[in-house]
Amino acid sequence: MKKFWAFVKKEFRHILRDKRTLLILLGMPVAQVIIFGYAITNEFKNADIIVLDQAKDDLSFKLTQKLTASGHLRLNGTVQNYADIHRQFQTGKVKMAVVIPPGFDQEMKRGTAQVQLIADGSEPNYASTLVAYASQMIATFQMEQAPASILQSSNPPILVQTQMLYNPQLVSAYLFVPGVMALILMLISAMMTSLTIAREKELGTMELLLVSPLHPLLMVVGKVVPYVLIAFMDGVLVLAVGNLVFDVPIRGSMALLLIMSVLYVLAALSLGVLISTKAKSQQQAMMMSLMALMLPTVLLSDFIFPLKSMPVPLQVIGNAIPAKWFIAILKDVMLKGVGWHFIWQKAAVLGGMSLFFLLLAMKNFKTRLA
Amino acid sequence: MKMEAIKANNLTKKFGAFTAVDTISFEVREGEVFGFLGANGAGKTTAMKMLTGLLSPTSGEGSVAGFDVYKEAEKIKRNIGYMSQKFALYDDLTVRENVRFFGGIYGLRRREVLDKTERLLEELELQSVEKQQVGSLPLGWKQRLAFSVALLHDPRIVFLDEPTGGVDPITRRQFWEMIYKAAAQGVTVFVTTHYMDEAEYCDRVSIMVNGKIEALDTPGALKQQFGAGSMDEVFLKLARG
Repeated sequence: MKKFWAFVKKEFRHILRDKRTLLILLGMPVAQVIIFGYAITNEFKNADIIVLDQAKDDLSFKLTQKLTASGHLRLNGTVQNYADIHRQFQTGKVKMAVVIPPGFDQEMKRGTAQVQLIADGSEPNYASTLVAYASQMIATFQMEQAPASILQSSNPPILVQTQMLYNPQLVSAYLFVPGVMALILMLISAMMTSLTIAREKELGTMELLLVSPLHPLLMVVGKVVPYVLIAFMDGVLVLAVGNLVFDVPIRGSMALLLIMSVLYVLAALSLGVLISTKAKSQQQAMMMSLMALMLPTVLLSDFIFPLKSMPVPLQVIGNAIPAKWFIAILKDVMLKGVGWHFIWQKAAVLGGMSLFFLLLAMKNFKTRLA
Repeated sequence: MKMEAIKANNLTKKFGAFTAVDTISFEVREGEVFGFLGANGAGKTTAMKMLTGLLSPTSGEGSVAGFDVYKEAEKIKRNIGYMSQKFALYDDLTVRENVRFFGGIYGLRRREVLDKTERLLEELELQSVEKQQVGSLPLGWKQRLAFSVALLHDPRIVFLDEPTGGVDPITRRQFWEMIYKAAAQGVTVFVTTHYMDEAEYCDRVSIMVNGKIEALDTPGALKQQFGAGSMDEVFLKLARG
């Protein structure tokens, strides 16, 4: 045991002495939350719209006012025909056009009014968010303005009411905090562990350790211990920044959240050790963890891009990634506030993966020493 | 009656179809300085790895400090010291931290480590740089420190893999003085080297060519046997076949 602590102490010295590593370990989580928080956002403010008002009556004027009243949409002028709309879109300033057909007033009274929304499809996410928002505003307007006779008639206009549960404002921060958490823990646990083991190989100190009576298993555990601690600090850091800066709630049990993180970190560490058994240099370890761990964790884990809309082979890969399950669990616990009995299946999958990678890593590490 | 520190009997290591070490047999007596020579790729390092428990032999028998290389690798590790050709210490740890770390993983007691650290720093005259990171020291100093660290846990046998690569003759000379001092205290020294003048310092030398030991005797006897004026000539004659 004394040998083991001597080893752990040495690992901490390596980490504390290397200012750059330290900066990565502690600065990156904060930087990532902030960057993702402000960069990847579907929210909009002051989006410029134009109106082609062919009705020019009292109601069409009110509708225009209604749309721009909240401050989310801003009227960038009115145009006279469709050709103008195209010209405006081409300048890139305008993101959506609202077309109010002639006789809007009359149609409203009969309950058959129509409004056309034209959006810039070259930015699909932004466009659909705008259209969704405008549709909702128009529906509300209809409720307010339509004569009571229409609403009570046997054939009332169908009003769709949308409610976004758990994240009513569709704040994107709610989505990326679990994602960043998964990414950071993977980065610290897997990449850093594989790098530090690869470094010993590169420098030749590995031989010294292997001829010493220190058991190889203790060596691996000793390598991993400091990074587990740091991973936890970073996990808490990400949650704290998400909570304080972006108001991301933690509705469920914190203890459950941490237990799930342990499972995930275990899987990540095993992957790190696994990589280090294959990689001969730090550079190799770096490339392998970037290609095999980081990219899938970002792209195929439901973090930024929804897995459900991907082709089947990618979905299969996505489901084999620990991050996918971890993120799903985090969302459940943080946003929905559900307890153990709702997430146990996902937790079982994650735990199974952790166990699998752990056994695989141990097996490979032993054969390498034969 | 001295017992053998190292015994090898038809020790062989194959990597696939390639035979790196081909049925070598030799014995190293306790307290002896044994030179293990050979060109690059002759199989020296592989042989050494089998003896230090890093590699498992393909066939043959071997024992180090009386322990079997197949079954008692753990016991062997406790009784040997090892210094590799990279003089590997941790560059980002200080002199003192390196000593304490290696003391720690060999399971020395805290008190013991402290005492030995003081004595070692004094002997090597490294007190003034004990708080400096090892990376900033000259190569010669690092090598001497690495050697002392390899002896820290009082091993019975110390393996040195090209310990004096890349330094000037004066530093090499100092290094060999340390080797003699250790040998005088009863430590068996098993050393590989490229430098034939160093071979002259050894009690006995073996010369490996293509995985086989082609010659083994005292430097004097070898020179006589091959009718050569120096170990350099002996080596060239053997290596060229």
